[in-house]
Amino acid sequence: MAETPRSGIAQNLERIGRACVDLLEEFGYYFALILESLFWLALGRSRRQPVRLSAAAQQMVEVGIDGLPIVFILSFAIGVMLAIQGIHTLKQFGAETQVVLGIALSVTREFGPLITGILVAGRSGSALAARIGTMNVNQEIDALRVMGINPVRYLVSPVMVAMVVMLPLVTLFSDLAALLGGAVFCNLELGLSYAAYWDQSTSFITTDDILQGLSKSVVFGVIIALVGVTNGFMVSGGAEGVGKSTTRAVVLAISYIVLADMAFTYFLNK
Amino acid sequence: MNAAAAIEVEGLVTHYGSRLILDGVDFRVAQGEIMVIMGGSGSGKSTLLRHLLGLHAPTSGSIRLLGKDITRASADEMHELRTNMGVSFQGGALLSSMTVAENVMLPLREHTRLDEQTMNIVARMKLEVVNLGGFGDLRPSQLSGGMIKRAALARAIVMDPKLLFFDEPSAGLDPVVAAELDELIIKLRDSMQMTIVVVTHELDSAFKIADRITVLDRGRILLSGTVDEVRRSTNERVQDLLNRRPREEEIDADEYLRRLTGG
Ligand SMILES: Nc1ncnc2c1ncn2[C@@H]1O[C@H](COP(=O)(O)OP(=O)(O)OP(=O)(O)O)[C@@H](O)[C@H]1O
Ligand SMILES: [Mg+2]
Repeated sequence: MAETPRSGIAQNLERIGRACVDLLEEFGYYFALILESLFWLALGRSRRQPVRLSAAAQQMVEVGIDGLPIVFILSFAIGVMLAIQGIHTLKQFGAETQVVLGIALSVTREFGPLITGILVAGRSGSALAARIGTMNVNQEIDALRVMGINPVRYLVSPVMVAMVVMLPLVTLFSDLAALLGGAVFCNLELGLSYAAYWDQSTSFITTDDILQGLSKSVVFGVIIALVGVTNGFMVSGGAEGVGKSTTRAVVLAISYIVLADMAFTYFLNK
Repeated sequence: MNAAAAIEVEGLVTHYGSRLILDGVDFRVAQGEIMVIMGGSGSGKSTLLRHLLGLHAPTSGSIRLLGKDITRASADEMHELRTNMGVSFQGGALLSSMTVAENVMLPLREHTRLDEQTMNIVARMKLEVVNLGGFGDLRPSQLSGGMIKRAALARAIVMDPKLLFFDEPSAGLDPVVAAELDELIIKLRDSMQMTIVVVTHELDSAFKIADRITVLDRGRILLSGTVDEVRRSTNERVQDLLNRRPREEEIDADEYLRRLTGG
């Protein structure tokens, strides 16, 4: 940029402006996509173009069941880490038995949904972007359209359903695995029995805590579906394009999840 | 020509971004006719086809399919129309997540209330028509290029459409299979009165199947006529295409220099 400073600033402003417009456009697209997939879910059947439950079920298996082992391992590890850190911190006040409270609340309100969201974004968000991107490159999406099969109804609505149903369920599973991790460590370190740990945890955790976690996970599910699908539909330029979009989908989905989590936590705890 | 037009395109102008691709295309296909679209690479054949399929919105002009202007049609009207259209894409575009038979059955499953058994039988019948009987359980990735094209044709005709569109049916196929596909296209028209639009590069194939040929050149229609009319045409660029002569374009020196320097 060998131009005058004024034009340098103008250029930067222009670049920022364009980025903002792009971002707005992308969010507009997400919004339209939500509306359209809801439209097909609500009215598809009466127009004789129903959303296939079998497709949704298949997605649920992919999103939920197939990921359970890794969710278990990571959530368990998070539980252990929370116990280690908690005990270490609380020891300074001689209050290490309070660790159960810390684990129970941070797992159900924060770490369960977050770790689930990140894992599903990594596993299913990328798979989704790659699958739809490949279909796009191979003209399969065009083929669907010319056959009179709306791609949003056929491809997006089932994914939405699967994400919205499965993320809370997987989050519950993750909560349990993390609590178990905490329990194992507390048992080894503090000699706290599993029964006592469970009793304490259940007496601390309120329905509100669990609901807060679950409602977050629903939002995360919608984010993963939207970002994955959109990046798939936007693929251009062959196999290389698919690779790029897949990476972009994962990075974006995880970023949006963390940001949404922050906003959510702020507003829910005001 | 007294038969009713199945396809009528008037003044079609299209852009990709700001680049003009089709420039005032007029185009008419009568019912039960086989129309072949020819033209050099990049002349806009595939683009014209994609507009006929309603995959893009044109800049201006009208496209009437079976009497309905698709540039104005509502989503429901378009949906209705699409159940009367079959398309075989250049690359086949079979859904790779399904078997060949499931691919062929897909339009039936989505648009009819036939039971599973009947759909199976119809799908097998159509696979027999394209000489793919017994290959229904394979995945598209397990088929050869020619088999994919034929499977895509089977899917395109499974609803017995009134309009059939075919992009490059014989490109990259061995001559025998290509000839079989040509026969098949003629047979479909004769037995089912389909209106068929074929985009092709292959001259032999074009002359064999076409009732009429439309020649596109740089986004404009050079000529639209019967096979004989096209053969007798004195237009230089048509003759270049027919005789496989290299283009003898005059180079504008300034323009050329400008392109090279990217100015
Ligand atoms: N998706 C696209 N984006 C931008 N430009 C495109 C796109 N597809 C095609 N074009 C341009 O449109 C013009 C016509 O392309 P088209 O694919 O219709 O040609 P064609 O006649 O089918 O050529 P071929 O015989 O090589 O398939 C070309 O100049 C091409 O660069
Ligand atoms: Mg082409």
